[in-house]
Amino acid sequence: MATEFHNLQELHHSASLATKVFIQRDYSEGTICKFQTKFPAELDSRIERALFEITVKTLNDYYAEAEKIGGQSYLEGCLACATAYVIFLCMETRYEKVLKKISKYIQDQNEKIYAPRGLLITDPIERGMRVIEISVFEDRGSSASSSGSSSTSSSSSGR
Amino acid sequence: MYNIWHIRSVPDINMSAVMVPKKVTRKWEKLPGKNTFCCDGRVMMARQKGVFYLTLFLIIGTCSLFFAFECPYLGVHLSPAIPVFAVVLFLFVMAVLLRTSFSDPGVLPRALPDEAAFIEMEIEAAIGSVPAGQRPPPRIRNVQINNQIVKLKYCYTCKIFRPPRASHCSICDNCVDRFDHHCPWVGNCVGKRNYRYFYLFTLSLSLLTVYIFTFDIVHVVLRSLESDFVTTIKETPGTVLEVLICFFTLWSVVGLTGFHTYLITLNQTTNEDIKGSWTGKNRVQNPYSHRNVIKNCCEVLCGPAYPSVLDRRGVMTEETPAVPQEPEAKSAPPPQTTRTTAPLIPNEHTPDDTKTKLAAAPEEEEKPHLPQDTPLPPLDTSAGPRPDPQSPQ
Repeated sequence: MATEFHNLQELHHSASLATKVFIQRDYSEGTICKFQTKFPAELDSRIERALFEITVKTLNDYYAEAEKIGGQSYLEGCLACATAYVIFLCMETRYEKVLKKISKYIQDQNEKIYAPRGLLITDPIERGMRVIEISVFEDRGSSASSSGSSSTSSSSSGR
Repeated sequence: MYNIWHIRSVPDINMSAVMVPKKVTRKWEKLPGKNTFCCDGRVMMARQKGVFYLTLFLIIGTCSLFFAFECPYLGVHLSPAIPVFAVVLFLFVMAVLLRTSFSDPGVLPRALPDEAAFIEMEIEAAIGSVPAGQRPPPRIRNVQINNQIVKLKYCYTCKIFRPPRASHCSICDNCVDRFDHHCPWVGNCVGKRNYRYFYLFTLSLSLLTVYIFTFDIVHVVLRSLESDFVTTIKETPGTVLEVLICFFTLWSVVGLTGFHTYLITLNQTTNEDIKGSWTGKNRVQNPYSHRNVIKNCCEVLCGPAYPSVLDRRGVMTEETPAVPQEPEAKSAPPPQTTRTTAPLIPNEHTPDDTKTKLAAAPEEEEKPHLPQDTPLPPLDTSAGPRPDPQSPQ
């Protein structure tokens, strides 16, 4: 690996942002929140495909859990309706609880897997749940770094 | 305004400490779009609130008259449950109305510069080179949803490809997810996050109107048995006003509830219905429908409570990226479309096409505001004139 970062602080202080990769939404199953697992070409030299796919699949599973329409969502909906939705002022919804779990997971992944490779995942909620933004950092210390180039033609071919 | 008080010593007053308020800027203050925010970002509404105040006035006014004139009599002569149920219903109507009006309908935040640039690069790469003098092809992305090709349009204002079922409301100047319509009566857009509250509002308001109307009649009849009709009207003049308001409200609100019930069973939005997205010609069918009335109702009404992706109350820091609020200087400013309650004609259809659609829509008092995708006609193969690509706005 060309870059070695021991923690996120080191990443912010010593690295400069080379490019950003945006993982788009996968609408093949409708409007549920799901991200494409296609591996972007810009990350080819930075991270293993399997690790990336595990991250995206886990995020997709979290979102599926949050948006599941089943017994728990009915119960929450009916209870809230019965109280004229006043209960939402004091109670945290199931979706919000899952979002907290997602936030923790992303932080965990950043610390353990992505930061040591000079990458940083931004929580999709900060981008309107449209994209997973992955910032690719260049190490100012290393002499040769070819990760800065972004080849968009290859990433758009698979759509 | 969130004030942080910090102590600053003033040298010229014998080194005594002075408390100075320091204002914290919250993200809602810098959000683009034409919304108004209250209570430090907790409340989000459209800019025009006049009709919303009228709605509030009519509901509160009519119910006050009912509680003042009819309830004392009916509570004593018939049953105390009548006023109690009226109060409960009134409180429910107010609660869902305020929730519809004050919540974020599902606004999609605009793309930050990095994301916008990335999308532009992808579009340029996909188009390739355009021969000089020719217009570039429309910015459309095709996705397949449940064996149906759905076209995602590019929004020049928000600089994103709109997710399926999202649409841009030109009154609020935002892209809204699962956009239904802009309702001036609630003073807000109706979208993914507040559609069920809107539906419950129309449903409960229908019930309330029918309830008040019925018991007004019952009250007048009962009272007329004791004295005569004219004396009754003189004793309770409010009744006449209530009956009039309820009579006219009934037709519109009950009709609207019926229309939305029909839409829910089909899992369609008002916007899709008006545009005729899933009318069935060219074998186009609604890919979001479960083909089962119960399942469709459950998804719309009993689905999860989606969170707002607009961080309104977050604190702005120096690192917070600012979304460019103005379009590029080189482009012409968007022509100001109407801010009144007149319906806006979408550009994909000819004006005649849309007029027949509007006429065909059942007894809807509130004309849904048909959002214009862009101020200029969108780049669509079916549209006639295409805008100059140099001025994306």
